[in-house]
Amino acid sequence: MSGAVAGLFRRVGAMMRKEMLQLVRDRVSFATMIMIPLLQLVLFGYAINTTPRHLPTAVLAYENTSLTRSILAAIENTKYFKVVSHPTSAAEADHQMLAGEVSFIVEIPAGFERAVRRGESPSMLVAADATDPVASGSAIASLNALVDTAVKRERFAVEGGPEGSGLESAPPAFQIITHARYNPAAVTQLNIVPGLLGTILTMTMLIFTALSVTREIERGTMETLLAMPIRPVEVMLGKIAPYVLVGAGQALLIVGAGRLLFNVPMIGSPGLLTLLTVLFIMANLSIGYTFSTLAQNQLQAVQMTFMYFLPNILLSGFMFPFAGMPVWAQWLAETMPLTHYLRMVRGIMLKGADGSDLAQDIVALGAIMLVAMFIAVRRFRQTLD
Amino acid sequence: MSEAADTLPQGSLPDVPYAIEVEGLSKSFGDRVVVRDLSMRVRKGQIYGFLGPNGSGKTTTIRMLCGLLTPDSGRGTCLGLDILTQAREIRRHVGYMTQRFSLYADLSVRENLEFVARVYGVPEPVKAAKAAVDRLGLSGRDKQLAGSLSGGWKQRLALGACILPSPQLLLLDEPTAGVDPKARREFWAQIHELAADGLTVLVSTHYMDEAERCHEIAYIAYGELLAQGTVDEVVAGAGLFTWSVSGGDPAPLARELSALPGIDMVAPFGSSVHVGGHDAAALEAAIAPFRERPGLIWRRDEPTLEDVFIDLMSRSKDNFR
Repeated sequence: MSGAVAGLFRRVGAMMRKEMLQLVRDRVSFATMIMIPLLQLVLFGYAINTTPRHLPTAVLAYENTSLTRSILAAIENTKYFKVVSHPTSAAEADHQMLAGEVSFIVEIPAGFERAVRRGESPSMLVAADATDPVASGSAIASLNALVDTAVKRERFAVEGGPEGSGLESAPPAFQIITHARYNPAAVTQLNIVPGLLGTILTMTMLIFTALSVTREIERGTMETLLAMPIRPVEVMLGKIAPYVLVGAGQALLIVGAGRLLFNVPMIGSPGLLTLLTVLFIMANLSIGYTFSTLAQNQLQAVQMTFMYFLPNILLSGFMFPFAGMPVWAQWLAETMPLTHYLRMVRGIMLKGADGSDLAQDIVALGAIMLVAMFIAVRRFRQTLD
Repeated sequence: MSEAADTLPQGSLPDVPYAIEVEGLSKSFGDRVVVRDLSMRVRKGQIYGFLGPNGSGKTTTIRMLCGLLTPDSGRGTCLGLDILTQAREIRRHVGYMTQRFSLYADLSVRENLEFVARVYGVPEPVKAAKAAVDRLGLSGRDKQLAGSLSGGWKQRLALGACILPSPQLLLLDEPTAGVDPKARREFWAQIHELAADGLTVLVSTHYMDEAERCHEIAYIAYGELLAQGTVDEVVAGAGLFTWSVSGGDPAPLARELSALPGIDMVAPFGSSVHVGGHDAAALEAAIAPFRERPGLIWRRDEPTLEDVFIDLMSRSKDNFR
């Protein structure tokens, strides 16, 4: 009996030893084990913030008075808003919101201070980009306390105003009207479904292509392929082209299901969305292909894909508000296709953005694709050296 | 890298007497020298056997010839095209059969052949693939997945895929490893037919009987080309004198003999032992005491190709260690 137990331990021990040797020898697996927890820790610890502050805000002020300055200071003091631009027209402000450059537009009408002094209780408008309800929610909530703060700070007596009369039923000095644009009911699905389009495409496109070259190497077919009169770029184009169709099919499925099941609208142009989706798919395929040329086997290719996918999903603005992240994380996210695509797909489907609104993201996405393609073709060894 | 390479007609290849002509090829991986200063010439229309033990640099040399590896130094031509600068053109006219089966296991026989035909720009690829299937005798199996074929059929398919684009030169890397004797014989019959049609064939092997089927052979060990020529030339060039001894227990006898001066090569062959040396007189002096031993039958014989190779190998090992 004890002999049988000893035998069991010996055999399990032998197996364990062999597994450990293989594990340590597989450097990419080993790196994955260390990198993934570290990556998560850093990103969740430093970058991700579910109640984002310092959200980019455009101020469209038709007058510049001590009261308006005081209001803007009070807005910035909430820490939720950060004035990043002073557009001169409503159209310019709208464009900035469509492009995703600003999350809020504060509009102060002409004659505002005078109206306040007269006790007319005028209104100023705060329009919020509510496509991401999580990001805009707390900021909108903070606006309620703003009126009092701003007025107290200004310390001026309003002629015939509430402070003079002391009547509790008197109207406030001015009103803030908030307008949750694009998603007034704050339905989460409206934000999630277009986001899913991006993440699902990223995942499937990366996996498919990351495996494509390593599979040839692992099965030994690469040697024959290399000995044939075919160029690396021809191999790459031939390998990624079928997946463009697969990706387009997936996109159609997600958009269709989103519309049927969750009533996700398509306010902008479906044609533009299709075009940009193809661009996005190609960018991902190029990146996957680059991994494919770096990995030594299919497992490594999958691990690399996962390591790349993780920050993509965490930093792109899919799961957590983009504006809530520190600047370094935002810059990092700008190098990822998903970040740009999310702005495009949310912009087109929910806000009705057009090509000119999204120009910056289109250029960035195109550049990422070209860089990845260049690396992939350069990395693809034409020889076995 | 020119576009013309895709459509280069067969006739426009440079007219040179040698299909392969390389000089001073060297290649190392890290600090391990795999091929050292190798020079060889293969006349057109010949079957050239490339022999040597495992890890001797045969595969590396073949890969350098078809542009899959870049030599560290040396120069040469394949079909009159420079192996360093015209690798792409070379690929169009060279059929390379890898050691390991490297067609697509998850594609059918016909799909594999059609893929090859399309990549090489063979006119009417579907027709060409079908013709190749028939020629290979795979007519009933054209829809079978290549991965499910037996070893012999895989090798036949691989060769069929190699010759489908009508190359001028075939590079076959141990094509008959793991193939049964009947399939091997058929394979060699096909190679001879192809050579008769003017194709040049370089075939690596470590089967001695296959070497005898080649017009010329080269022997490579530890990265160095040790001998080349016809089989008779190589045997004669080795300058080896051999005796065969039988009637004793071969293993202890071989041990005893190999320690003696004047004996350069000892190889047990079944119940007999081959003994060889480069100096006929020294060899005879060394074996003289053994000839007195009762029961041992000594016979002078001709060195075989294998004797020569074993001798070459042990000599080159001495040089390296």
